[in-house]
Amino acid sequence: MTSTEEVARLSHERREYKYGFVTDIEQEFASPGLDEGTVRFISAKKQEPEWLLEWRLKALRKWQEMTEPTWVFLPYGHPPIDYQAISYYAAPKQAPKSLEEVDPKILETYEKLGIPLSETRALLGIEGGPETPAEARRAVAVDAVFDSVSVKTTFQEELKKAGVIFCSMSEAVREHPELVRQYLGSVVPYSDNFFATLNSAVFSDGSFVYVPKGVKCPMELSTYFRINARNTGQFERTLIVADEGAEVSYLEGCTAPVRDEHQLHAAVVELVAMKGAYIKYSTIQNWYPGDETGKGGIYNFVTKRGICKGDDSRISWTQVETGSAITWKYPSVVLQGDRSKGEFYSVALTNLRQQADTGTKMIHIGRDTKSTIVSKGISAGEGQNTYRGLVQMNKGAHRAHNYTQCDSILIGDKCGAHTFPYVDIRNPTATAEHEASTTKIAEDQLFYCTARGISEEDAVSLLVNGFCKQVFSELPMEFAVEANKLLAVSLEGSVG
Amino acid sequence: MRMKGNGSMSPVPLLEIRNLHVRLEDEPSVEILKGIDLKIMPGEVHSIMGPNGSGKSTLAQVLAGKEDYEIVEGQILFKGQDLSDLGPDERANSGIFLAFQYPVEIPGVSAMQFLKAAVNAKRAFEGQGELDAGALLRHFRAKALQINVPFEMLKRNVNEGFSGGEKKRFEIFQMAVLDSVLGILDESDSGLDIDALRIVSEGVNSMRDGTRSFLLITHYQRLLNYIVPDRVHVLIGGRIVKSGGKDLALELEEHGYAPFGVNESAVASA
Ligand SMILES: Nc1ncnc2c1ncn2[C@@H]1O[C@H](COP(=O)(O)OP(=O)(O)OP(=O)(O)O)[C@@H](O)[C@H]1O
Ligand SMILES: [Mg+2]
Repeated sequence: MTSTEEVARLSHERREYKYGFVTDIEQEFASPGLDEGTVRFISAKKQEPEWLLEWRLKALRKWQEMTEPTWVFLPYGHPPIDYQAISYYAAPKQAPKSLEEVDPKILETYEKLGIPLSETRALLGIEGGPETPAEARRAVAVDAVFDSVSVKTTFQEELKKAGVIFCSMSEAVREHPELVRQYLGSVVPYSDNFFATLNSAVFSDGSFVYVPKGVKCPMELSTYFRINARNTGQFERTLIVADEGAEVSYLEGCTAPVRDEHQLHAAVVELVAMKGAYIKYSTIQNWYPGDETGKGGIYNFVTKRGICKGDDSRISWTQVETGSAITWKYPSVVLQGDRSKGEFYSVALTNLRQQADTGTKMIHIGRDTKSTIVSKGISAGEGQNTYRGLVQMNKGAHRAHNYTQCDSILIGDKCGAHTFPYVDIRNPTATAEHEASTTKIAEDQLFYCTARGISEEDAVSLLVNGFCKQVFSELPMEFAVEANKLLAVSLEGSVG
Repeated sequence: MRMKGNGSMSPVPLLEIRNLHVRLEDEPSVEILKGIDLKIMPGEVHSIMGPNGSGKSTLAQVLAGKEDYEIVEGQILFKGQDLSDLGPDERANSGIFLAFQYPVEIPGVSAMQFLKAAVNAKRAFEGQGELDAGALLRHFRAKALQINVPFEMLKRNVNEGFSGGEKKRFEIFQMAVLDSVLGILDESDSGLDIDALRIVSEGVNSMRDGTRSFLLITHYQRLLNYIVPDRVHVLIGGRIVKSGGKDLALELEEHGYAPFGVNESAVASA
């Protein structure tokens, strides 16, 4: 390819949200609206046991008494969501059993997204730049969730040999009901908050992971969420349990078609780390962000929480949030075990008229618990970016320690950065450190780059990548490369 | 781009500055450069000396395309082409390099990553594809040897935590990596220890090939013992008040700027 063609291709790719296509397949929907019938319909579709249906119904009743939270900081607000106009279930008509049975159009969709559903040892969503060392090209097991259902989980056999269970939530309910029953809702109870409660009533699918005692999961696990159907919400639920001494690294990616109307995504993720276990959870969220006037885009209202149940356990959240019209998300850690560690590394970028209110909660219960929070907010265009964090040290959290670093960078003068850090220390030996900064892209840095021949646009993305390095270095290699590219694309049009 | 001037036999200057008047964009009442004329032929080394605040860095930055300055009058021609419509990146990619008096730190961006972006930007500008990782590394290693900088420098973030002297050496290294044809060195010798000054000078000399030109901004004649200039210009109050051969630098070293009517206390407060 000549370089002019290459440049044309790149600039085209950049201007468009390249995952914005729609897959035309026959799907089965629940009719719009939410009542007991809807919940029974979903539960019946999945041939669920009675206890799960009851749990869903309890959640529904609770939800019907709740109201949407209003404390979220959204300078542009949003039109009211009509929960009765949404369809709560959409699934491809044929439920596939093996790869051969997956609708070729769906396979093609994931091909286009760069997610291989055949078990070749390919990378996840990456063309593979020269920065990617060969040893980083490990296999990644994928659970592909298409609207409301999981269409395929790869490498299941290989994982099984190691004793690791990795399957869709529906399959887990069928095959491992005792595990699901024990842990579902144990970290995020059905009554937790408006969106989590809604999710508990109508969740359709998601991923389930169980890593048994002493097992280090032999490959990266990942779930790729794709919203395809119009007018539907996606309500997935992910549950990861790492038993004593177990280790697992899990990645999650998300995209959706370009549409003029908003779509709702209300997920719940629960992590349980037993004694000495380590769970690393990474997200690259690239849902359709809407256009520059704020039309369309995903409402991403997600509850993520992990519990360090056992002593010496560790949970680490890393997120790169570049998509969605609105992001409302606080991956949190409950530090119950002594000496347990909670980490939150976040990059949130808002461009166009995107609004993000995101951060974390670190709840210290055990002794000598440690938490680290590194948040990097990037605001461009008319984007509004809020960090909201809570560090809580309970009475028994002797010598607990938190370190929070919260940096914002502004590109242009129509965007905003806001921080709401809350610290609540109830133990005199516990300590919390907080550092914060807000900067603009410095003119002298930009000039230094352009004086070396780098275009202004590339210079901005280089500087922003530098700004985010601390977080990107926490990502698995495959995702770090992806995150770099994604940032460049998401910043498109923010300078000049 | 590389046209010879209208078939005439006289070679085209690499850089030609004609009656350049520059003021601050934000403060138009302040004119910093008040009519500069300068012609640098391919292969030549020119030096500009002058008291603090006389406009040397301003001239350097205007040549590199910094936007804070407004050209009120006059022209800058590079290889015979007017530069006024070119942004700093296009100027750099055409072969102009500014070694900054105060190199800027770029947190989180490794020197390697930075130079990779710069090299590939230049290649794209020239219609070439990106260099692969192996070729880039070989190129960097070769230049590190030529300029005598430790390769380890490339693994650090751009200028972050570099000592004053390391920053200056890294600038010269970048110039070599980018193979620029016009090197504008703004006080690259300030803050260098005796060995580093020699090393940097040897680096610059190793790039001299009869086509590349250099504009050395310096306060010290010492540098010019290592890199011998064809012409020396004295810049005072935004004007070139005298030009001469390399001996002019020795004269300045001896008598200072007083013979040009510069009052020492006035200079100190500039
Ligand atoms: N961006 C700017 N804003 C305000 N004043 C400026 C700016 N750039 C230059 N000046 C002023 O213009 C004059 C010339 O500055 P310049 O940096 O070019 O001097 P110099 O000759 O390089 O001095 P030195 O030897 O100290 O490096 C000074 O009075 C300086 O304060
Ligand atoms: Mg200067």
